[in-house]
Parts: sequence; structure tokens; C-alpha cells
Amino acid sequence: MKFGVIRFPGTCDDVDAQLAAARVGEAELLWHRDRDLKGVDAVIVPGGFSYGDYLRAGAIARFAPVMESVVEFAREGGLVLGICNGFQILCESGLLPGALLVNNHLKFVFRQVQLDVVDHNTPFTRTCPPTLSIPVKHTTGRYYAPEPVQVVLRYAPGHNPNGSQDDIAGVVNNAGNVFGLMPHPEHAVDALTGSTDGLAIFESIRAAVSERIPVA
Amino acid sequence: MSSTDAQPRYRELGLTDHEYELIVTGLGREPGDVELAMLSLMWSEHCAYKHSKKLLSRLPTTGRHVLVGPGENAGAVDVGDGMAIAFKVESHNHPSAVEPFQGAATGVGGILRDIFAVGARPIAVLDSLRFGEVATSQRSRYLLEHAVAGIGHYGNSIGVPTIGGEIYFEPSYEQNCLINAMAVGLAPHARLTSAAAAGPGNLLILFGALTGRDGIGGASVLASAELTDADDSKRPTVQIGDPFAEKKLLECSLELLDAGLLASLQDLGAAGLTSSASEMASKGDVGLDLDVGKVPLREADMEPFEIMVSESQERMLCVVEPHLADQVLAVCEKWEVTATVIGKVTDTHSFRVFKNGELVGELPVPLLVDDCPLYDLEPEAPATTLYVGGEQQVATDADPATTLRALLQSANIASRRVVFEQYDPVVQSRTVCRPEQADAAVLALPVLAAGTGAGGAPIPGIAVSIDGNGRRVAVDPRAGAAEVVYECAANLACTGAEPLGLTNCLNFGNPEKPHVAWQLSEAIDGLAQACRDLDVPVVGGNVSLYNESPDGPILPTPVIGMVGRLPDVRRAGRIGFANPGDRIALVGSFNPSRDGSELAKLHGSAPAGALPDKDVSAIRAAHDRVRQGVRDREFSSAHDIAEGGILVAIAECCIAGGVGAIINLPAGLDPFGEDLGTAFIVSGPTEGLDGLTIIGAVGGRELNVQGLLNVPLSELADLHAAGLSTLLS
Repeated sequence: MKFGVIRFPGTCDDVDAQLAAARVGEAELLWHRDRDLKGVDAVIVPGGFSYGDYLRAGAIARFAPVMESVVEFAREGGLVLGICNGFQILCESGLLPGALLVNNHLKFVFRQVQLDVVDHNTPFTRTCPPTLSIPVKHTTGRYYAPEPVQVVLRYAPGHNPNGSQDDIAGVVNNAGNVFGLMPHPEHAVDALTGSTDGLAIFESIRAAVSERIPVA
Repeated sequence: MSSTDAQPRYRELGLTDHEYELIVTGLGREPGDVELAMLSLMWSEHCAYKHSKKLLSRLPTTGRHVLVGPGENAGAVDVGDGMAIAFKVESHNHPSAVEPFQGAATGVGGILRDIFAVGARPIAVLDSLRFGEVATSQRSRYLLEHAVAGIGHYGNSIGVPTIGGEIYFEPSYEQNCLINAMAVGLAPHARLTSAAAAGPGNLLILFGALTGRDGIGGASVLASAELTDADDSKRPTVQIGDPFAEKKLLECSLELLDAGLLASLQDLGAAGLTSSASEMASKGDVGLDLDVGKVPLREADMEPFEIMVSESQERMLCVVEPHLADQVLAVCEKWEVTATVIGKVTDTHSFRVFKNGELVGELPVPLLVDDCPLYDLEPEAPATTLYVGGEQQVATDADPATTLRALLQSANIASRRVVFEQYDPVVQSRTVCRPEQADAAVLALPVLAAGTGAGGAPIPGIAVSIDGNGRRVAVDPRAGAAEVVYECAANLACTGAEPLGLTNCLNFGNPEKPHVAWQLSEAIDGLAQACRDLDVPVVGGNVSLYNESPDGPILPTPVIGMVGRLPDVRRAGRIGFANPGDRIALVGSFNPSRDGSELAKLHGSAPAGALPDKDVSAIRAAHDRVRQGVRDREFSSAHDIAEGGILVAIAECCIAGGVGAIINLPAGLDPFGEDLGTAFIVSGPTEGLDGLTIIGAVGGRELNVQGLLNVPLSELADLHAAGLSTLLS
């Protein structure tokens, strides 16, 4: 299978996501000005500070030409994974419910956190163990949604790094094919960095894709 | 520009009467406005190093690993496999004292540009910070909070990991904080690039951000004079950083170099276009014609002198052969980076400035770059210490447990987690040892990908450490500066790395004062000696003088950043005790004493007295033993004995490993004395500790030191974790 990793100006974790995805399949970068998704089986919107994020995290990136194609890809059932800034962009694009607000302590935070996988019945978590150790790194990661949402990951008790509502760390859309999370699974794929738990998310995607008829 | 009635314009710009006479003589006439603005910056301490250049020549700068020595934007060392590491540390002290967030942020931005200007991709940032006492100073808490936020803002946003650093708090930094940032970059040898302009007829292309009025006079006004109470009015001379613009500039620059489109490349830092263009011309032994009318401006009505001295951030200057110019502009367009041809290289040795074709200034390049007078200092050792002690925080007759608790929670020793949690240490997928895991940060040279180290092949890496200790340099500038080098190398040894080179930032007071001149001269001699002792050359650095306030000079603070190589990052040594049952050993000739120690500080003593004598061959042997033991996996952990002494070091090993220890200290050994860079605490199975002094064993839930103390590990861990964060909350 092939992953496509979007690169906006200001994206930082694009190469990291590409390296992580390449551990389970092929992975190539997709440029923000291109509408062509190059036949990829799953799209990753990676972390960073797209267009500088000076207005509101993800608020500019949603207007990028490539995002028109990503929205269409998602509407047709394609798997889309948004990590950190990618999660923010997917919320801004309307592909995911809710919004990410500035952390309750108002500061950037890097921390290795424990996550409880509360829904294994998604294409993104089907092979995940019950808990994951994955780092977070963000200033704008406090999830908020006025309506009930489909929660996939929660920060384990005592591990909520940002004041997120109900300890929410990751959610899927109603159709179950678009997943956004604040923690960075691409930074937990090698024992040398302290954890390989993030790999399960990429492997879940591969397993899900291999059982599906590819998205046109 | 107009001069006030009180004094001539050149004095306002920081030039002395004597220097101005030299300029008039050299030029054969009075300089015009544009010329005077350019000369005042190029002849400032910040650009010309006029009070330090003679001393700096004492430092050894050559060695078998050195690819690029001092003089370029950053030095570089060979790390094997055709790859080079470029690195440099630089100060942004005065801007940060005036505006800490932007001052620190642009400090990071500036040092990153130095790295990619030589063709290297930045892979790490470290920082060395000094503030007044956060326990009692609201101002210092404010400066720390905003400087840390600024560093994080820039490094996190641009996608370069901040992997290490150090922070100390002393009263002498109350008015004059220190913000030193170090960047490390990786490049194939072939991409290493010089800033020397070459080839008359080649074009000068400015690319990056628009030029505005920010930072005008920063180098001469802020960086080359003492701070005074009136410095809030200088806030407009601090630049504003835009990491997004720099991220594009970085990717654009590396793509231009990879495509072989540039003859040379230079970043715009202090003194803006004036400095970068004249240095390019000087290094290339050529002249330049530059038209300020072509420079894209943020404000349309800027005067030529303002354009020439603006310190607007995120700009680069390159020299391009005319037939490649269109390709250069196309790459810039792809990255949405503004690029403009603003001049050309000439064979005249003259720097000519035009405005829309009209000549507004003409200066010989050698006059600008080389002819600033270099001053001899008049060093004189002060009769008594210049610095006073602080408030007593622990009684001199306190029991050992109380003293250990006080040290572990003191601002200078407690966990830095509250700070480093604001930095991203993992982006770029190379980071093997994060802050507090090892004595130095460890990065893999190949990115950590699916096939990296396949079949057990070694994964080579680098270790990086940054260090300084103003208190001990104040006690004895020569011995204290040498100790900083030993300690930095000791940090590398604990990860299994061998030093390749170092960069330094010399933060001192006003060198025109005899006692500061003495500190500077002695410290440089100490650095030079330690570099020779350990065979580690200096490949670049920075000098920051005039770090004084009305209360006096800062502690003399040479900061050392050192890079080493380790053959396999999988074997990188860690601080924490790992296995109950492991024996604990002391490595090295450890000769601790109390003068200049953290305990002396907690006792309220001034930094005075004497530092321990050093046995250099014993230091080399200890470093070699630890490095080899880590590489051979004889040791489960390794940690150098630094501030606070041997018990603090052992407690740190316990806290990092989450396990206790039973210790029997050698008779007569001071548990809290210091002797930096000489000795280590290692742990491991008995057979790997052959010939070492066994002092205890790993295990239990307490730190139990026979005859001295027995304290639950959880209590020590809590004190260490909360010490600094409590002061800041």
C-alpha cells in the first residue's frame, strides 16, 4: 500500500511521518499546491506549523489546493490520518468535529504520555494494544467539542497535558475513515527513541487497506 | 542623520575620536552619512572583535577532524562517511535583556542561519542561559519565562529539535541575562559552502524577508555597550523573528546549494547588509556594487543608511553566475521566498552603494573589514573578589541529609524539566537521548528509518553538550575556564563519544576595565590549555563583552559547546542506574574542594578562594576509561560528578533510574566538594569494573550512604523535580 504525506510550507514532521509510514508500506510526500494525490491508499496530514499558523492553527492550510483533493478523498471513504497540526487542519476543514484550543497552561508542551485506546473498532486502532506510550508536542492541543463525538484515544488518568475535554486525545468522524490525534505516533516507531507503540497505528491502517477495495 | 549639539554623530554611533581620525585618514576625507553608518557598525566590538581578537589567536584551531575552522559562518568537523557536522554558539544577551521573547527567538534564528549558510541542515539546537535569582527576583522569572518561550517558539516552529542546554541563576546576571544559542547542522562534505564572494561580474541576490527598520543599530548600540536603566527605550532596536519565513528560507537555501546554483552564500545577521556584503567581498578579495533602490522594503521611505544597517531577520545574500540567476529565482519562487538581484561583484576592492543608480557611498573593503584598530587590553588581577555572596540558604553545620536535600532542590541543580518540556526534542527522527536521559544529547547520524542498523550494523551518531560555570571561573578564570572544557568532554565520555571540536561563547564584562581584561585573558589561556590537554580544537565561536549593569560585571562566563562522535548510538551511555545488584564505582582522580561550589553558594559564600589542582593525564585516562566502558557495555550507567559533588551525582543516578543505592564513600572524601570534569559515577556488573574503586551497589528504595544519611528515593526525586518548577510557578 502507499501512504501520501502532505507537505505545506511550515510543516515540520512530514519527513518523520514519511519515515514511520515507510516502515509498513510505501510513502511519498504530496506538495500543497498539487491537487493530484498520486493514487495513494491513505493520506497523512502531518504535524508542524503550516503557513506559520500565525492566524489560528490550521486555518490557512484548509484552503490549500491539496486539501480540496483530501476532502474529496475522505468523502469517498479514503483513510485520512491527521497528526497534531494535521488534526487541527482536519477540524478546520470540517472533516472532523470539534476544535483544538490553546493548552490550559498556555505553553508549548513536549511530554511522553500514556494513552488509553477506547475504540479498537476503527481502521486506525484495530491492532493497537490497550494502552500506548507516545509523545505529545503542541501549544494548541486542548480538544473541545460541544456535541458528543466518537472518541478513539484518551489520555490515561493523570496524563492529560493540555486540559483537553474528557481527556480526549483522538477522535474519528462518523464514517470512521478520518482520524485526528494530538500525540505523534510517528515519533514512537523505534525502540531507540523509547517507544514503538505508535507503529500500531500505521500497521492498523495497512491492515485496513489490505482488506478493502481501494478508493478510486 | 543629524548630530546633536552635545557631541558629534560618530560618537553617538560608538566610534572614538581616535577611530574617527583613522577613518578620515584612511578615506582621505570625511565619511558621508551612509559611510559613517556602515563604518560604525563594522568597527563595533560586535563585528570587529577589537578588544578580543588578539587574545583569541591563542586558541588552537586545527586538528585532524577540522574541515572548516573559525572565520566562516560556522566551523565544521568530519564525522565520517563523507559527512560533516557544522556547529556554532552565539550570544543574544543584550537584546534578550531588553525584550526576552524576541531577543531569544531571533538568537535561535540567527544561529540557525549561520548553520545553513555553510550548507548544513540544522539538526539540533542547544542553549545556555543565565539569569538572576529566580527565588527572589520577579524580573528574572519574567526574563526566564519569556526567553524560554521565545527559544521554543522559534525552534519548535521551524522543526529543529532543541536537545539540550543548561541554566544557572546568580545575582550578577540580574540586570544582564545571558542567552547563548548553539546550533548543529549536518552536511555532505561537498555541500559545505564558503561566504567568500567570487568572480567579478557575478550577481548579488538578496533573498528572504523584506527589509524594514527593525534592529537598526543593534550591533553598535546594544551589543557593544553596557546596559543601563534607560534601555527600555532601546526595545525598537531588537529584531522580530518569523520562524515560518526562516523555514522557507532554509529549505530554499539547501535546494539552491544541492542544485549547485550558488557561488557563495551568507546570512544577514548583526549589521545586516553592510556586514554580510563587506565580509563576502573581503573573503573573496573583490569589490561590490550594491543598489539599495533594488532592496525590497517593508517601509517605502527608508533612507539608504537604514537599508544598509537594518537587522531585519530571515534574509540571505548569495553570489550567482549571471546565467544561473533565472534558475535561482525560480527555486525561490517555489518556496515563496522573495529574491532580487541587488548588485554585482567587481574587481575594484571597493564597496560602492547606489540608490537607483546614484552613488551614495564608496568605501575601500579593507578599511571596512580589516582596518579597525585592535586594542591591547590592560589586564590587572583584582585585589579581592569582585562578587559578593548571597543569602545563606543552608546552615554550615547542617547534617548531610539536610544539605543533600537543599542541594537537590536548589535552583542550579534541580530538574530542568519545567523548561525543557517547552521544547520539541524529537523532530527529524534522530534523537536517541533526550534531556535528563544522558549527560549529553545523542543524535543518530542516519535518520532512524526502517532499515537503519539492519542486521545489527552500528548506527553512528554524535553527542553534543553545552556547559559553563561562572562561579568557578570567577574564583579562578584560568582554572575555571579549563574546567568547563574538561566537564564538557566528560559529558561526552559518559555517552561513549570522543570529542571532535568545540565552539565557545565568551561572555564577559567591559574589557576596558582592567579586572575584566584580566578575567578574559586568563580564561582564554585556560581554554587554550584545556583544548591542548584533550586535543579538542576550537572551530568557531563568538565573544560577548560589555555584559555589565550599574551593579557591576557579570560573572565571567565562557560557554563551551562540544561535539563528539560515537560509533553506535545503541550503546549510548545513560545517567540512570539500571539494574539492582550492579556495583557502583568511582572513576578518576577526584580531588574535591568547597571553594566556588554550589554548597558554598548555599552557605552564602562569595565565589572566591582556589580551585582544585588538576592532573591532566589522570583526566585523560578517566575519560578514556569511561568512554571505553560505555562502548563495550561494561557499564549500565555513567554520569560525571559535577555541581553539588559526589552525593548529588549519585542521587541523580538514582532518580534517573528510579532505584536506590547503598554507598560507602572512601574515607575522608568530601561528599559535597566539587572538582569538575575529573571523575565519574558508573555502575555495572563487577567484572566490568575491574581496577575501579567500588563504592557501593544499586538497589532498594533509599539512598543509603553509610555513616552519613539514609533518605527515601521518592523524597529526593520529589525535591529534585519540584525545586525549579516551584520557584517559577
